[in-house]
Amino acid sequence: MSEPDALPGLHIDRVSLRFGGVAALTDVSFNIQAGELLALIGPNGAGKTSVLNCISGLYRPQEGSIRLVSEGVEHDLTDLAPHNIAQLGVARTFQNIELFKHMTVLDNLMLGRHVHMRGGVLSSGIFLGRQRREEIAHRREVENVIDFLNLESIRRATVGNLPYGKQKLVELGRALALDPAVLLLDEPMAGMNSEEKESMARFILDVHEQSDTTPVVIDHDMDVIMDISDRVVVLDFGRVLAEGTPEEIKMNKLVIDAYLGEETIRVGSGV
Amino acid sequence: MTMECGVFHTTYTSDIALRRVPAERLRLGLFVIVVIAFPFLASPYWLNLANQIAIATVGAIGLNILVGYTGQISLGQGAFMAVGAYTAGLLTLNFGLPWGPSIVFACLVTSAIGTFFGMPSLRLKGLYLAIATLAAQEIIEWVITHWTGVTGGTEALVVPAPQLFGVRMNTDFRFYWLVVILASATALFTANLFRSRIGRAFLAVRDQDVAASVIGVNVFRYKLLAFATSSFFVGLAGALIAYYRNIVSWERFTLETSLFYLAMIIVGGLGSIRGSFFGAALITLLPALITNAGRMLQDSAPAIASQLPNIQQASFGLIIILFLVFEPKGLSKLWQNVKDYFYVWPFAYRRGEGRH
Ligand SMILES: Nc1ncnc2c1ncn2[C@@H]1O[C@H](COP(=O)(O)OP(=O)(O)OP(=O)(O)O)[C@@H](O)[C@H]1O
Ligand SMILES: [Mg+2]
Repeated sequence: MSEPDALPGLHIDRVSLRFGGVAALTDVSFNIQAGELLALIGPNGAGKTSVLNCISGLYRPQEGSIRLVSEGVEHDLTDLAPHNIAQLGVARTFQNIELFKHMTVLDNLMLGRHVHMRGGVLSSGIFLGRQRREEIAHRREVENVIDFLNLESIRRATVGNLPYGKQKLVELGRALALDPAVLLLDEPMAGMNSEEKESMARFILDVHEQSDTTPVVIDHDMDVIMDISDRVVVLDFGRVLAEGTPEEIKMNKLVIDAYLGEETIRVGSGV
Repeated sequence: MTMECGVFHTTYTSDIALRRVPAERLRLGLFVIVVIAFPFLASPYWLNLANQIAIATVGAIGLNILVGYTGQISLGQGAFMAVGAYTAGLLTLNFGLPWGPSIVFACLVTSAIGTFFGMPSLRLKGLYLAIATLAAQEIIEWVITHWTGVTGGTEALVVPAPQLFGVRMNTDFRFYWLVVILASATALFTANLFRSRIGRAFLAVRDQDVAASVIGVNVFRYKLLAFATSSFFVGLAGALIAYYRNIVSWERFTLETSLFYLAMIIVGGLGSIRGSFFGAALITLLPALITNAGRMLQDSAPAIASQLPNIQQASFGLIIILFLVFEPKGLSKLWQNVKDYFYVWPFAYRRGEGRH
């Protein structure tokens, strides 16, 4: 923790990550500025998820540093444990949905409030006074998220029984409940139909516009990505291939070449 | 669809209440009446069984906090109960400490020792953790039987019955009130725990520990906290056994005890307080019922009667296997099914996935 000499946001500086002989990330540097909507794209296996895992502390890069500047304080995330990074206001969703399957939607979202709550074992077990008030206050916060994402009708449903699209929403809700400074979304629209995609994109835009949360979105749907993001970082074979506005990226020769032959990815109409 | 029909909660306070609908409160009321009336109507034989069930319920809830709710397996239950029983017994015997403070002490000591033996959970899961807790069972048993100067070794301790307001709790009738109050307090505490922050974090660790860590739950800390909380109540059960039996002997707290308690929570229902009670009742009553059957058959069918001890062992195994196969969620799920059936009786309508 020190006086920041950098702008508010996340600073990823020369990060390299290897698994045995496999170089997942090589010398990756880019910034996420607070207040922008950044997209992280790249072909399969490019290292997008690995970047998120490094940020949230699930992977520890062999080289480089990751720093978070928020509320005028700079934190070095590189050696922190995942739960400490979450406490600093970094929330995320997973490519393959990692929810608490046997719990209700409500409890999943309440867990998003965990870092903001104080109750200990004894006060929880006795559940009087301050503890009860704390539960109710945070329940209110969670109800705001439920309202926002239209989850009212499934509040008490067990998450494991919900359809895929709803689970994606609940996972977004759990991350939002944390009221994060940075929200990392790993393919939030993957596997959804176009209607669901559209409403997910709408939610991400609303979060971006209506709160102080800075979203970072990974997705393979170029149309949506180019449509919603302010800036795009392109990864290829574990390196940063290009960085710029959606318009710049669409024109970038390297990017077009990297995606050539990838049938699943269509670069939008601008090309 | 998933809400109780026709019941609307207008405040979050009523929405987070433990008993949310009138039917639930009615059932609880009936249960309380039965519990209060029981000792006045029951014979000493049944009172004795009731006391055993109440103590086993405390131990089963304790184990369930760790295994059912937090997903950490433990084979050390018997040894942890021994720690509670010996601590309480020795404090009363050697220092004349009254049962109240010495029970509290016993709970805290068991909690500390349980936490210590929970430390392998940092690195170990599932079967590997099971083996580590098996080691805890063996180590504690060894210490008790060999630390003769303090524990009396293989000799049993004789502990005086507790005294409350000058009255000796030396009859089943008197002891009943003590254990029922403590068992109810344990159940209430646990129910509260799992509708608030700490309990949710336990469940999160069980369901998905990676997701738990990225939303800010310190997974290792909460695993240890689960060992601590669980062992506290397991120690309480042990201490109660000491005061109820007036005799503390290591033979009551072997690996077999650990397995019986695991059977209780599996048959009753993992991650369920009600299930802990059901399981404790079934596993306590089963041997008694079989023994009773044996007495009745003594004259009419002595051949069958002589086989009953074997049947007892086999029926235990059989019941557990049947539950695993047909109702892995245990007696508490069966109870839920019955409630769902009567919920809108006589209309043929089944609630969807509801609350458990
Ligand atoms: N835990 C791991 N162990 C070994 N190799 C890994 C691990 N995680 C990632 N990798 C490797 O790192 C590289 C980058 O993977 P990553 O999952 O980050 O790609 P991605 O860009 O998210 O791909 P996708 O679009 O398919 O999700 C791949 O070669 C992958 O095999
Ligand atoms: Mg990925």
